[in-house]
Amino acid sequence: MPILEVRDIEKRFGTLQVLKKIDFSLEKGETLAIIGSSGSGKTTLLRCLNFLEKPDRGRILVNGEVIFDAADPATQRESEVRRKRLHFGLVFQNFNLFPQYTVLKNVTLALELLAKERPDYNQNKKAILEEIQEKAKNLLSQVGLLDKLDYYPHMISGGQQQRVAIARALALEPDILCFDEPTSALDPELTGEVLKVIKSLAERKTTMIIVTHEMDFARDVSDRVIFMDDGAIIEQGTPEDVFGNPREERTKQFLSRYKSN
Amino acid sequence: MDNFAVIISRLSESFLLNCRLFALTLVFSLPLGLVIAFGSMSRFDPLRWLVRTFVWIIRGTPLMLQLIVIYFGPGLMNMAFNWPSGNSGRFVAATVAFVINYACYFSEIFRGGIESIPKGQYEAGQVLGMTKKQVFFHVILLQVVKRILPPVGNEVITLVKDTALARIIANKEIIMMAGEYSSKGLIWPLFATGLYFLAFVGALTLLLDWCEKKLGYFRT
Repeated sequence: MPILEVRDIEKRFGTLQVLKKIDFSLEKGETLAIIGSSGSGKTTLLRCLNFLEKPDRGRILVNGEVIFDAADPATQRESEVRRKRLHFGLVFQNFNLFPQYTVLKNVTLALELLAKERPDYNQNKKAILEEIQEKAKNLLSQVGLLDKLDYYPHMISGGQQQRVAIARALALEPDILCFDEPTSALDPELTGEVLKVIKSLAERKTTMIIVTHEMDFARDVSDRVIFMDDGAIIEQGTPEDVFGNPREERTKQFLSRYKSN
Repeated sequence: MDNFAVIISRLSESFLLNCRLFALTLVFSLPLGLVIAFGSMSRFDPLRWLVRTFVWIIRGTPLMLQLIVIYFGPGLMNMAFNWPSGNSGRFVAATVAFVINYACYFSEIFRGGIESIPKGQYEAGQVLGMTKKQVFFHVILLQVVKRILPPVGNEVITLVKDTALARIIANKEIIMMAGEYSSKGLIWPLFATGLYFLAFVGALTLLLDWCEKKLGYFRT
């Protein structure tokens, strides 16, 4: 069974249709790269998965469970949305770290708030909080930032901030980790360190959806590629197929523009 | 005529009324301002419309007039409610007028501050499974405080001097006290009141600077 099934998602902003019958599925451990020009709907799709936008039509299933159905308001209740969105993690283009918290606290904050809801929180408070600290430190060491625990976001580089954001998203152990153009806001010399972290996650079979303009990276890291244009999926397949042997004219045009750059 | 020491002690005593009015106004108008700010941002149209009209009326009329209306209004309109007689009634009425007036000004500062926080901060909190309330109190609020500290500081300093308006409903604040001397031909106590205000505002300025420095450890 696929870990994620997206069924005929449609989304309009006013009269503009930004997503047209988006339909795909994702297996556990797979890395999916979504490519396409700006305005093709890639980011909106990720935002729909993370409940930041509400699709007008379609369904989203995680592990076979319907977590969103545009036709069924019962799946859209605010109280449940909160639990359901934990299936997904999202790494933003401009990091969106919390500026008033240290690197470590950025990673622990959401876990601490969730832990407060545990029935045994008051009895085991100290042990729970220590466990969270340990977990966060582990994740930060994975992204190579163990020496920056007490720094505030403005004190570290963009690449380091994005790595903190990745650790922060991983802390909640999402089933599917989404990246929205994770290197687009970075200076070229800083993209490498972020891509390296994402690649190491792919090697460890983290299920991921990556919206990116880094074609070489997409080809290198993904198991599957979706090319979107004008709100629709034009082509999907293995990176070898989509990059090496595109069937659709629009895919060819898009990729040739990248090659000529 | 009173001697110097007596005049100073009477001025100081009356300045305590300014200080009390100042402190009470802050304590109540800051939280009330936050409530009004949320009302003015409500997605429920009638509520937002109502709150914004109220803010317009309060910001659009003189505080002096509001003091008069609030103190004399109930009696003139034969309302069941009336202020207690004497000094305590005058003081409570002044406090109520000041709290409402300043809450409206604060609410607009709060609204501006809250709306200036990038949407990404809310979204980052939400995708991490925080409730809207958690996002506001754990992510947004401190960033808002940092941003609005300078304009709030301005209002707070204005409030110190506005407390002198309480004399319009016969609260014996410091300028009213000094006025009693000047009407008898002794003018220096009136000038001396300026020194009280200057000293108070000086201390406040230091406090506000300290707060700004305290919040300087992060950037929004």
